[in-house]
Amino acid sequence: MEITPELVKHVAQTARLNLKEEELKKYAAEMQEILNTFEKLSEVDTTGVEPSFHPIPIKNITRKDEPNDCLPREKILELTKHKTNEHFKGPKVL
Amino acid sequence: MRISEFVEAAKKGNINIIEHTKKALKEAEKINEEYHYITAWADVEQQAEQLQKRQEEGNATGKLFGVLISVKDDMCVKGIESCASSAILKGYKPLFNATAVERCIREGAIILGKTVQDEFGFGTFGDKAGIGYKKPKNPVNKKHFPGGSSSGAGGLTKLADFPHLSLAESTGGSTAAPASFCGVIGITPTYGRVSRYGLIDYANSMDKICTMARTVEDAALLLEIISGQDEHDSTSAPEKVPQLTDIPANVNGIKIGIIKEAFEGADNHVRKQVLDAVYQLEQKGARKIEISLPITMKYGLAAYYVLAMCEASTNLAKYCGMRYGQHEKLSGNYNEYFSRVRTQYFGEEVKRRILLGTFARMAGYRDAFYTKAAQVRTKIIEEYNNVFSQVDVIITPTMPITAPTAEEVKKLTPLQHYLMDVITAPINLAGLPHINVPCGQHNEMPIGMLITGKHFAEAKIIQVAKAVENNE
Repeated sequence: MEITPELVKHVAQTARLNLKEEELKKYAAEMQEILNTFEKLSEVDTTGVEPSFHPIPIKNITRKDEPNDCLPREKILELTKHKTNEHFKGPKVL
Repeated sequence: MRISEFVEAAKKGNINIIEHTKKALKEAEKINEEYHYITAWADVEQQAEQLQKRQEEGNATGKLFGVLISVKDDMCVKGIESCASSAILKGYKPLFNATAVERCIREGAIILGKTVQDEFGFGTFGDKAGIGYKKPKNPVNKKHFPGGSSSGAGGLTKLADFPHLSLAESTGGSTAAPASFCGVIGITPTYGRVSRYGLIDYANSMDKICTMARTVEDAALLLEIISGQDEHDSTSAPEKVPQLTDIPANVNGIKIGIIKEAFEGADNHVRKQVLDAVYQLEQKGARKIEISLPITMKYGLAAYYVLAMCEASTNLAKYCGMRYGQHEKLSGNYNEYFSRVRTQYFGEEVKRRILLGTFARMAGYRDAFYTKAAQVRTKIIEEYNNVFSQVDVIITPTMPITAPTAEEVKKLTPLQHYLMDVITAPINLAGLPHINVPCGQHNEMPIGMLITGKHFAEAKIIQVAKAVENNE
């Protein structure tokens, strides 16, 4: 598999990162070397093996569907400059 | 003085908490000036005054009464800037405490402040704190790095002469590595043993809150306090927490598994001193058994990094300069704004891992990387489970080298950085408890031994660690 600066640019855009030309080249070379090492995983026979998404068995835990106290809105809004009286304010969508 | 002895004296009023704390704070500030371990200070004097008042009112309770606790920067402490040492979270002051922090406070602890780390936990040496952070130095020799990512925790634990314990965190070796490079005890518990509530995520399926101290007993005391299921973290384990303190240092009849490959890859002086320490355990009645973990040793590192980067890239998607942390003037559309903030404030290694993790999850590559790594993880967990039917603990060097200098680290490629985690990464991938115990030096730099146990066998690794601690 070849990791080109063009491919890195596409990945970076997906991840919302703006990279300069020289950064694209640098990351492409480094990613090539790293992914070549990771590709060795293909040598392991995993036919019929279930993937593990956790190291120990995890069960779904539910709680009673009852209202609970939560953090007050005004406190949460203190964490940002981008707000109106009651809401977060974000960049424009359209 | 053991922490428990200090606590008893403080409760009885034999120690003036306010004066003691002021003195300790001065010492910590002096260490910080030289070594750069603290990113934010808590109001320790106010906490000390409250405890002193409690003592005078006859209400001095708790297993950590008056003990100063430093907290890795990726854990939320109410009202104290908590940034995982990343510029993108600058200014973020949580509205709540992480469960581990809350449990310490309930036991009478005084929160000292936040300790520096590699940005979001992405580092092995402690050279990768985020943009604008001063680089921490090794407590034994300032020309060397302290190890990462829990760099400040390791360094401060080594140098603080006042009674002090540290909350660290590990995803793929971030407690063991700095504990080894700084020459202190570091315990990483089983995944799920300690609640992750209030921890700034790196990789959810591997993150574990850990403890550091100068003695095994003190690190075990802190672990006992923070362990146990928590309704705020659905992945915290329901298993009963056993007593982890006052465990006798007895290794008679203990079966120690030795992985040949883990020793072969280590520097000569590291290999020799860890094997010498194992020999001393044999003299005390332990039995050495050679074991083999072929898939784990060959593919564990790759499986770890693929999964950790995939999880990290999704976790870091939430940082966009809007609701908390770093802010910029709102301009452009949301794509332009988010990209601008993320590009400006994430460090170089963070960007590298986001790129790799995003790539490994993309359509067309997901099966070859993400899913494959998760399947290999199953085989690795099976290998460990098989080995633990033959042995009680596995012993390896913690790191294949002693702490490198800044010059040495500069010469390494990113891949060479990752390869240093060859021993610690697979253990963390499998969620196994492990403890670093200092077992020698080379040119004054500490060498660490890693004792690993099966899931939830923290008491067993503590037992063996105490015997190593008592070696000549």
